[in-house]
Formats: sequence, C-alpha cells, structure tokens
Amino acid sequence: MQVPAFEWIKNLMTFTLFLQHIVNALSLGSLYALLAIGYTMVYGILRLINFAHGDIFMIGAYVAFYGTALFVLPWWASLLISIVFTALFGIGLERVAYKPLRDSPRISIMISAIGASFLLENLAVLIFGGRPKGVEVPKVMGQVLNIGSVSFLGVSLFIPIITFGLFVLLMWIVNGTKTGIAMRAVSTDIETSRLMGIDVNRVVSFTFGLGSLLAAFGGIMWSYKYPQLNPLMGVMPGLKCFIAAVIGGIGNIGGAVLGGLLLGIIEIMIVAFFPTLSGYRDAFAFILLIIVLLVKPTGLLGKRQAEKV
Amino acid sequence: MLEINELSVHYGGIHALQGITMKVEEGRIVTLIGANGAGKSTALRATVGLVKATAGTVVWNGTKLTGMPTKDIVTLGIALVPEGRRIFANLTVEENLILGAYTRTNRQEIRSDMDRVFELFPRLKERIRQKGGTLSGGEQQMLAVARALMAKPKLIMMDEPSLGLAPMISKMIFDIIRTINKSGTTVLLVEQNAKAALEIADYGYVLETGRIALEGPGKELLADDRVRKAYLGEAQG
Repeated sequence: MQVPAFEWIKNLMTFTLFLQHIVNALSLGSLYALLAIGYTMVYGILRLINFAHGDIFMIGAYVAFYGTALFVLPWWASLLISIVFTALFGIGLERVAYKPLRDSPRISIMISAIGASFLLENLAVLIFGGRPKGVEVPKVMGQVLNIGSVSFLGVSLFIPIITFGLFVLLMWIVNGTKTGIAMRAVSTDIETSRLMGIDVNRVVSFTFGLGSLLAAFGGIMWSYKYPQLNPLMGVMPGLKCFIAAVIGGIGNIGGAVLGGLLLGIIEIMIVAFFPTLSGYRDAFAFILLIIVLLVKPTGLLGKRQAEKV
Repeated sequence: MLEINELSVHYGGIHALQGITMKVEEGRIVTLIGANGAGKSTALRATVGLVKATAGTVVWNGTKLTGMPTKDIVTLGIALVPEGRRIFANLTVEENLILGAYTRTNRQEIRSDMDRVFELFPRLKERIRQKGGTLSGGEQQMLAVARALMAKPKLIMMDEPSLGLAPMISKMIFDIIRTINKSGTTVLLVEQNAKAALEIADYGYVLETGRIALEGPGKELLADDRVRKAYLGEAQG
C-alpha cells in the first residue's frame, strides 16, 4: 500500500507537538553544550581530552541528590553545594591525575584520563551503589508549563535560559577579563605565558574548575529532566559531548555550544519524526561526527592549526 | 646586578652550557655573542628558569634565582624578549601588552606605560585592535619588545631581536635598545649580529660551544682580531 508523500508526517506531527519537540531539543542540546564546553576548554589549554569529564557530570548529579535526599537541604542549596564541590573535585582531579604528567608524552596523560574515568565510575558503584536512584524533582522544575497549547516541563524551559546566561558569563570571562586573556595565552604558548609572569598552574586549575562547574550544573539539570541516577549515567553524554566539541571545532567555546545544540536537536527530531529509529538515537551523534570529519576535519567553527610540538 | 656563576645546563646528553660566568652591572648594555648553537639562548632561558641549571647559580641583586619558578623571577623585574618573538598570535596587540603587565596591579600606571610604549612604537598604536598574528615580522618584534617593557623591568634580556628583520628595521630595533637603556633599564643582549651588538654594548662576552671564550668592553672586542675573524668577517671589518 502506497502512502502519499509526507502523509505520514501529518499523521505523526501537529504544529503543537513540533513546538514541544523544539523545546525538548533545545534543552537537551543545552545540556550537551554545557558538557561540551568543558571538553573544549581543557583541550584548548592542555591539548588533553579529559575522558573523565562525563564522570564529573555524574558526580555533580549525585552530590546534589545526596544534598536533598540525605541532608534534606532545599534543592537550590544542594545545587550550589554540588557545583562548588564538583568544581573543586575537577581541580583536584587535574592535580592528581594530569599535572604530574604534563611534561610527559601526550599519550601518557590521555591514558591517565581514561584510567581516571574508569576509577571514578567504579568508585561511584562502590560508594553510591549500582542500583539506579530516583531523583525527587523540585516543584519548579517538574511543573508542567503551558504556553498556548504547548505544554512542557519547567526544567525544559529553564535549561536553555540558564545555559544561555552561563554562556554569556563565560564569554565575558574569557574575552573581557585578565584571567581570560591569560587562559587564551596559555592555550597558545605555555612557555611564553610563563615569561609574562602567568601562573600556568593556576590558569589550568581555573579552567578545570570552570569546566567542572558547568558539567555539575549540566548533571543536576539532567537529573531533573531524566530523574534517575546511576554511576554510568555520564558515559554516553560524556562521549556525545566530546563529539559535539569536535563537531563544533575543538578548542572553540562557541563551537562546543553549536555542536551541543546541533546534536540535541538532531537527536530529538530524528526520534520525533522517525519513531522506528528511536532505538538508534545514540548512533546519530557518531554518524554526524563522521560526516563532519569527512567534510571539514577541523570542525564547523575550527580553524586550521599546525600541531604544536 | 645580575651575576651568573659557573652556570651549567644539560639537555639530555648534551652539555649546552659548561660553567659560564658573567656579570651584568646595573645600567649597562651587556651583550653575549657567539655562533649558532653556542648556548646563548640557553644562558638566557636558564636565567629566567625556563630550563633547569644542572650546576652553578644565577643571582640577581642578592637573590638566588636558580630553582625559582619563572613567574617569580619575572616578578622580580627581569623580562625576556624570547627568540622568534613568540607573540600571542591569537590575541590583539592590546591584549599582548596587557599580558606583558600581568604581574602589575596599578591600572593607572599600566595605562600610562602603555601610552609611553606607543610613543616608542607608534606603529603598534595604529594596530592596537589587530591580532598579533597579522603583524609583519618587524612589527611583531616591536610588539615583543613593547610587551616586555610593559612589565617595567629593571633588566630586559633580548634573544636575537634582529633575527630575520630587514636592515632598516633591525637598525631601528638597536636604536630602541639604546633608548630603553638610556631611560635606566639594564640590557642583556644576545645577538648573532655581533657588530651591531658590540657597537652599542658597554661590555661583551663571546660564547663558544658552551664556554666563555673571550670577554671585554664592547669597543675592545670589536677591535679584537679573533672576534673580527670569527664573528665579524674580515670583509665587513
């Protein structure tokens, strides 16, 4: 039996439903963007792919969970505590796992990153337990909002708004402050940065702190959107956001945001328009990666750059 | 005063500096000349802690620099204009200069020093918003010197500032070095252009494969037969 062209879309999709998907896509894309920024900043400074970044995201979600579930703190207080704790955790991770290897061949630090990732995942199983935990979603995040006939969860609306705010703040730090100039200097030439009197270790710590803070925020919002935690929850988002950073042009913050949004939108829309393919939703990120790498190996916003020795 | 005592540096198995002793007195222009690979850059890099000394010391006004992190040495008032300019290509001229003053906090002083630097290098003022990477070689060298001046150093060390520059620009850089020195900054100049360096230097050292082979006042070295033969080329002299 022949279905007329696009007839099936009409049956599947109303305009209202489409708008709901858009909100959903933007919020997932924003979460990806938050995580991708961390990958791209760390890569920019140290030429290191921080494989443990997805696990930092997981830790942020767990700490906030324990804040409300165990210590009965208000959700915003646990959110703040988690963000601060996770930022410090990221700084500590760099000190312990990466800093001692900074002058070693790059492959060593890469392997250390993979090791750190496995360590954190297994520690999380040990400490938090492997059984998934249900998150109690704050009212303001879990409420259903109606704008016209479009209805969606509060969290889906807040995520893109707050992400945009954080992005503006980040761009101001990077482009408008002395620390930001120092970050960009260290990312191009560590030795000459030292000659300027820049404390390179501090700049690296600051970068890890900033990236981890954004990852923690992303992890907490993720747990409000998909209210279930497990120790491996950071693996897939981590991988996808690394891909998002590469697609956008690794080292470029705007590129990471673009890549994250793109990935979120494509993932949601493909599931929305082709429900039969929903089982393959994770595959699209990789397909997109291959296409972008074939067409523009430096990523969408990446510039050609000679590999530094 | 900068005192370098019996300074040795090893790179892997290579003994790049084999116990050199030098003195840079305040207010002077001192030059270190020598062939490619003699260890001139290594001497400067060891002084600011970019490479580790394996033996010997560097003392600055009574403070031992050896073993100190670079950022602390820079804070003491020593600036290095590195070989190959090494300006931050992705930062604007202004941002490069701001980084030069990274260790300083008085914004007003930094502003007025930036104006002074622009008087010295008007070309840089025209290009203030341009990315460092878009400048010409000569302009990049000016920026590298200007950036070092922004630290308000007591001692400025320059590693081959005339390398790869057109003769006119090169002459201008040497004039600037003199001007900087006249305003009270001590200069340690590493150069392959031995003639130009010795002409403006109060004192000079000749480095040969990691050892000081010869030293003396700039004019004397200019007249020295060995120097003329090895570094100036008879035809030039």
